[in-house]
Amino acid sequence: MNSNFMLIDNIPVRINGEKNILELVRKAGIDLPTFCYYSELSVYGACRMCMVENKWGDMEAACSTPPKANMEIYTNTPRLRKYRKMNLELLLSNHCRDCTTCEKNGHCKLQELAQRFGIKEIRFKNTSENREIDDSSLCIVRDKSKCILCGDCVRVCDEVQNVGAIDFVKRGSKMSVGTAFNEPLSQSNCVGCGQCAAVCPTGAIVVKNDTAKLWEEISDKSTKVVVQIAPAVRVGIGQELGQKDGENVMGKIVSCLRKMGFDEVFDTSTGADLTVLEETTEFLSRLEKNEKLPLFTSCCPAWVNYVENTYPSLMKNVSTCRSPMQMFSSVLKEHYKHSNKRVVSVAIMPCTAKKFEAKRNEFIEEGVSCVDYVITSQELIQMIKESGIVFSEVEPEAVDMPFGVSSGAGVIFGVTGGVTEAVIRRVLDDKSTTTLRALAFNGVRGMEGVKETSITVDNRVINIAVVSGLKNADDLVKKIQAGEAHYDFVEVMACPGGCISGAGQPFAKNDGKLKRSNGLYEADRMSSIKRSEENPVMMSLYQGLLKGKVHKLLHVEYKGKV
Amino acid sequence: MLLLNRDDLINIRNEYKESLNMQTKKILICAGTGCIAGGALEIYSELVRLMEEKGINCGISLEKEPHGESVGIKKSGCHGFCEMGPLVRIEPWGYLYIKVKLEDCEEIIEKTIINNECVERLAYKKDGIIHKKQEEIPFYKKQTRVALEHCGHIDAVSIEEYFAIGGYSSVEKVLFDMNSEEIIKQIEESNLRGRGGGGFPTGRKWAQVKLQKENTKYIVCNGDEGDPGAFMDRSVMEGDPHRVLEGMIIAAVACGAQEGYIYVRAEYPLAVSRLKNAISQARSYGLLGDNILGTNFNFEIKINRGAGAFVCGEGSALTASIEGKRGMPRVKPPRTVEQGLFGKPTVLNNVETFANVPSIITKGAEWYKTIGTPRSPGTKAFALTGNIENTGLIEVPMGTTLREIIFDIGGGIKDGKKFKAVQIGGPSGGCLITSNLDLLLDFDSLKKVGAMIGSGGLVVMDEDTCMVEVAKFFMNFTQNESCGKCVPCREGTKRMLEILERIVSGKGVITDIDLLLELADTISQTALCGLGKTAALPVVSTIKNFRHEYEMHIIQKKCPSKTCSALKTIYIDDELCRGCSKCARICPVNAISGKIKQPYVIDKDKCIKCGACIDTCSFKAIKED
Repeated sequence: MNSNFMLIDNIPVRINGEKNILELVRKAGIDLPTFCYYSELSVYGACRMCMVENKWGDMEAACSTPPKANMEIYTNTPRLRKYRKMNLELLLSNHCRDCTTCEKNGHCKLQELAQRFGIKEIRFKNTSENREIDDSSLCIVRDKSKCILCGDCVRVCDEVQNVGAIDFVKRGSKMSVGTAFNEPLSQSNCVGCGQCAAVCPTGAIVVKNDTAKLWEEISDKSTKVVVQIAPAVRVGIGQELGQKDGENVMGKIVSCLRKMGFDEVFDTSTGADLTVLEETTEFLSRLEKNEKLPLFTSCCPAWVNYVENTYPSLMKNVSTCRSPMQMFSSVLKEHYKHSNKRVVSVAIMPCTAKKFEAKRNEFIEEGVSCVDYVITSQELIQMIKESGIVFSEVEPEAVDMPFGVSSGAGVIFGVTGGVTEAVIRRVLDDKSTTTLRALAFNGVRGMEGVKETSITVDNRVINIAVVSGLKNADDLVKKIQAGEAHYDFVEVMACPGGCISGAGQPFAKNDGKLKRSNGLYEADRMSSIKRSEENPVMMSLYQGLLKGKVHKLLHVEYKGKV
Repeated sequence: MLLLNRDDLINIRNEYKESLNMQTKKILICAGTGCIAGGALEIYSELVRLMEEKGINCGISLEKEPHGESVGIKKSGCHGFCEMGPLVRIEPWGYLYIKVKLEDCEEIIEKTIINNECVERLAYKKDGIIHKKQEEIPFYKKQTRVALEHCGHIDAVSIEEYFAIGGYSSVEKVLFDMNSEEIIKQIEESNLRGRGGGGFPTGRKWAQVKLQKENTKYIVCNGDEGDPGAFMDRSVMEGDPHRVLEGMIIAAVACGAQEGYIYVRAEYPLAVSRLKNAISQARSYGLLGDNILGTNFNFEIKINRGAGAFVCGEGSALTASIEGKRGMPRVKPPRTVEQGLFGKPTVLNNVETFANVPSIITKGAEWYKTIGTPRSPGTKAFALTGNIENTGLIEVPMGTTLREIIFDIGGGIKDGKKFKAVQIGGPSGGCLITSNLDLLLDFDSLKKVGAMIGSGGLVVMDEDTCMVEVAKFFMNFTQNESCGKCVPCREGTKRMLEILERIVSGKGVITDIDLLLELADTISQTALCGLGKTAALPVVSTIKNFRHEYEMHIIQKKCPSKTCSALKTIYIDDELCRGCSKCARICPVNAISGKIKQPYVIDKDKCIKCGACIDTCSFKAIKED
């Protein structure tokens, strides 16, 4: 046998730099069960589901065993089946098993594995009496009785987001995941990014569901419900509704929303176009005065929370632009302010932190928030399913006027680097197609956590950084503060890969993220308007509704956490 | 005084040796935790007071230039014979006085110190024989002391005395006469195996660390001895702290480490203070710090106190705890030798292992191999506890039989009861029974019978011990001490405990035994760390050796040793009962009723089996079953 192979269930598999046997086993087409393994996170090795048996009958955890040439392992022996079942039974015995009423029903890894391994009987008494639910956060809900202590949330919060709002407390069978001093999550330094909920295999951390109230608003005859759809949503929900992974289903969403009873349907990309124009002006002005640089983007509410918590002195560097959702909603509320019905502004977002952003004091006027409801992509899927609409049969429709036009620059906001690319398109003097194409491949696109590029404007070299993941952002800030790096413009998105991997979206691994990102770039390519300033809606807005109100409607001064 | 070179060390050693020789008589008061609790420190003060009162030249500390002969009085480390404490040893005769009280001090000074006579009433007596000298006592006779060599024989708080008996000569040897390859070779040849439980060859571990390309390396000493009933490492740290430092320094020279940590449980305050004292003494003489003895070797040792989590005795949890993280084992690889403390190559050995090193360096590997068995050379310290006559700390050559330990050294079972079993290796070990009494104890033989040497706790149990209860005790311990990380250990031990609790309360079902074994199998095969992998051993080994006891509890609802209160029934023998009503009046739950002068009855549902009625009955009419 070639020295670069190992035997998995008697089949030779080539070792090609895989860090552990688990990845190799999956490469060999065997879906080894795990709860606690994510290639993006450190190896924790706690669930013990991925055990394999070697030729001497020893058990090894595949996630933490490096492959070696000529190794022989088996993935499905009688002993392994026995141990997996026992460990599942042990987990289930300490788990709230109200599956039918669980938010995660049908998407729960524990449920899936229990079914896969045919667990029909739990021989131990159920001890998951602790139904302590923390719904203090506007973004996520925690239910300890459903926690299997795989630690995925703890690691993502610490390793990817550098927040560390939650960690293990106590030990042995009393161990649980908690905040510092067991404070409610809303009192912790949680930024609301929801990545913990995204990686949680069970219903222990879920995104707050606001659909029930929204249905009532829709049915209420005295309301006018206007809705905007964020860029990332259109490429994030298709797969769960029987379409291709990453397929742009914007038209179908629009048509579904109308069928459900929404009165007006818009695209947040239009709001993004506004952001591009405002942020570019702000950036150029700071550049000219050479002050408050680098300019940090402000589209991502989790990032804004993070700066407020961690680097309050840097808040002055954060753009004063409201996020596209907030800008657009301000415009919509202003536009419909004379409506004879109560206007309800809804935003469908890939994001959990947007739920928090919408309720920030800065965006509440006379007790009414500018955005009344934020619904995540997953909640949208649920609403579509609930309404009985057969998604595959829905004919695509276009969004409503008078805001029914958006540019490709606005659409790519949904992926890391999108904001930057849109701003660059705006500031570059040379706006030929070749320049744009060159720009696309000049370091702003791609799923890397940190990207750097530079452009020249008026003979001045502008250094730009694009980061996603708050740990990456934090590292970058530290470098800037230490004088090791200099940037003029920094785009930060809290979720790795940008909004396409937002915690409001169905969970995607790396290939799924790539497909979603391709979906957005494809939408940009198909768009006849590439640059925000060429969007005719912008022209009419600035000449009409926004006249004299640009600052009031499109900018914000953050006053710290509510 | 800073020792600047080899000669400085040799000179100071000779000076204090002479000084020690001037102390023609020495009183060594055991100042281990046990004897201190028994009043050893008060005895020490009283002896000092009396000597001063009587004008005896009393040497509290070694003087560099002594003026005339004196009587040395010292707080020593643990003598080991804890059952008989407080202990006082008097040299040059080697008299050992046991259970010494304050009022005995006068006589000790008068008779022994002034008139050179033994106070026979304070000597150990067994079977009519008076054993005046410590070495004659059966408890000590069969012991061979290497790690505990100085425990009880020198002042535990004096580096000068340590110098006087040849201390730091192994450090001297490795710094000036050996290179790192030779040190490691000597340790490898001695076949010293880790005393912390696994028995991994120490020399191989050091060699692996030496091979690592990193510049920063650490030496970590594991003093987080957490097994219930074990106190070997504590005694070494309390009684001979410099020996531990010396072992660590040698490891540092061999592997090229610059910093060392001793991780001690915070429950060992005396060990912590003795180590702190030793480190500051070593530092003041320049045996720790930069350019030790004028060489270019630098080494520092820090103490880290553990908050008492058993799991922190596991290597990766221990290093995590030193780093200030949650004490939780991590997956391996990388191993500690590659990425240990702060991600750097680390030698992690326990206290007893380090304590063996200086002797191997000075006396050689060949000498070491003459002790013990070929595959497990050397000695092993054990803490002897439970239903045994002589509880205490012992050190015996590897390959000593359990029979020798329990019956010769330990003096047999307490109160003439019958031996039933001994739990070896604490909560990670198994029980050995009568048929194992002649087993030669070493790392490998124990593994074969489903036990392990562990760190060396020996809990002896007599015929009145319920083995299900024992299994429950250890499972309760492990369950509480599980870090909670991996599923089988966290959830599995909880379920095993639940089942054991059910069995001892008479609610067990016959399938429980198989369920226990199934859980044990899953836990031992799939748990993440050593603690988890061995957590079920006490249950498995008690089922293997005492299955009938489990079955009695489950089927007949009886505890054969009458330990499990839930399975006891208390009844009144109506032949003997005179109907005096005394029992009914004393019963705290009103479970007894009857008519005067007629036999009374106990309501079994109400009875809480407290036994108050049994004690109060004047006619022995109330019985237990």
